[in-house]
Amino acid sequence: MNRDEKITKIQELVYEMKVQEVMRRKVITVGPTTQMSELREILRVNRISGAPVVEGDALVGIISLEDFIKWLANREDDCPIGAKMTRDVKTLYADEPLVTAVNKLEQLGYGRFPVIDRETNELVGIITAGLVIEGLLRKLEIDYSEEEIHRYRASHIFEDILADRTKLLFEYDVVGQDFERAGESASGLKTTLRRLGIDPRIVRRVAIATYEAEMNVVVYTPGGKISCEIDPEKIVVDVRDSGPGIPDVEKAMQPGYSTAPEWVRELGFGAGMGLNNIQKCADEMVLTSDVGSGTHLKVCIFTEQGRGS
Amino acid sequence: MKSMTLEDVRRVLEAEVIVGKDLLHRRVKMGCGSDLMSDVLAFIKPASLLLTGLTNQQTVRTAEMQDIVAICFVRGKKPTDETVKLAQLKNIPLLATRFRMFEACGRLYTEGLPGDYEATESG
Ligand SMILES: Nc1ncnc2c1ncn2[C@@H]1O[C@H](COP(=O)(O)OP(=O)(O)OP(=O)(O)O)[C@@H](O)[C@H]1O
Ligand SMILES: [Mg+2]
Repeated sequence: MNRDEKITKIQELVYEMKVQEVMRRKVITVGPTTQMSELREILRVNRISGAPVVEGDALVGIISLEDFIKWLANREDDCPIGAKMTRDVKTLYADEPLVTAVNKLEQLGYGRFPVIDRETNELVGIITAGLVIEGLLRKLEIDYSEEEIHRYRASHIFEDILADRTKLLFEYDVVGQDFERAGESASGLKTTLRRLGIDPRIVRRVAIATYEAEMNVVVYTPGGKISCEIDPEKIVVDVRDSGPGIPDVEKAMQPGYSTAPEWVRELGFGAGMGLNNIQKCADEMVLTSDVGSGTHLKVCIFTEQGRGS
Repeated sequence: MKSMTLEDVRRVLEAEVIVGKDLLHRRVKMGCGSDLMSDVLAFIKPASLLLTGLTNQQTVRTAEMQDIVAICFVRGKKPTDETVKLAQLKNIPLLATRFRMFEACGRLYTEGLPGDYEATESG
């Protein structure tokens, strides 16, 4: 990863990671009846700059080093923390994305937020700007070294969409006979699928099948369209062209059969492997063609989730 | 099973690095030599180094689709400007060696870089 990639990666992580992944779980708390004069020792010994105030199981306030300094500066008499604490505590839920924490830290100007479990309403941790940075750096290191390890996050985007069924549709135009630009659609699709967090092994199969199909459209036809429909279970690539069509589909599918012109062979293609390779990559493949009107290829590849069900 | 870094590849093939001078720490698990992209698309395994005498943009496209680690052009061939540009965009290292295909592959194999058969048999 170069510098720019790392920065984009951090931006991604801020949305991906949850507060609970970076928060400190061992929270030093104080009681509302603890005296202000004792606070300094508590903060010093634990090397913290503030603490949630807890009564029984309930979070009743928060007290910071700043409150302590104010109290000192005013030369007030000793009193319970309960009298000086902030009662209106801003909290975060453990399952909120990190970006919410970052925004709140920035907007409200507080140094820390107690973290609450959404179900039980219990105090489960504390988060500070320092912990956010630490957590991000740690994750970045892990991601960096484990980049090859297959991650499966395809369901991520779908998690945030509220619908009984969700599908994404991408469309690409393929210009015929333009060898230079051949592969742009497959490339765009591949990049997009990776960004969606789909398993790299699945992405690779989709990319290869799409590229082979795109190549055929470029080489044998005046042009066509590629569309790709994605849902959590499968990825369907649909390629249509208005070319001459294939007289004998069965024959065309056989490895080694090719009508590729010489210029295509010189460039390293035209061995008659493409359609066969598409079939190898696909879980399902349907190729239909009408001589004179064009060819229609449909390729379906199941995601891990689709395979499971 | 042995693997090599691109820096090892560069050394063994006395190669020039055209794209990806900062990516030489990347590892290749196996090598594949071919002038037929149809074949490469059908058979190459991920984490491979591709050795080829073809220099058009579709070599980079093929590498991109197949998750190929790097391309090394053999017999002194230099990639076209468009090929270089695409490789930069896609972060795919390009190397160039004066050795011909047979000798380039032989040198790497001797240094311990397997082909896909051996690499996947033991891995
Ligand atoms: N979209 C298409 N329109 C018309 N004919 C096609 C189309 N796709 C494939 N064909 C025919 O089917 C044959 C086999 O296609 P296939 O992709 O398997 O191999 P190829 O394109 O010849 O070579 P390779 O894909 O290995 O570079 C082609 O040579 C061509 O005659
Ligand atoms: Mg083809």
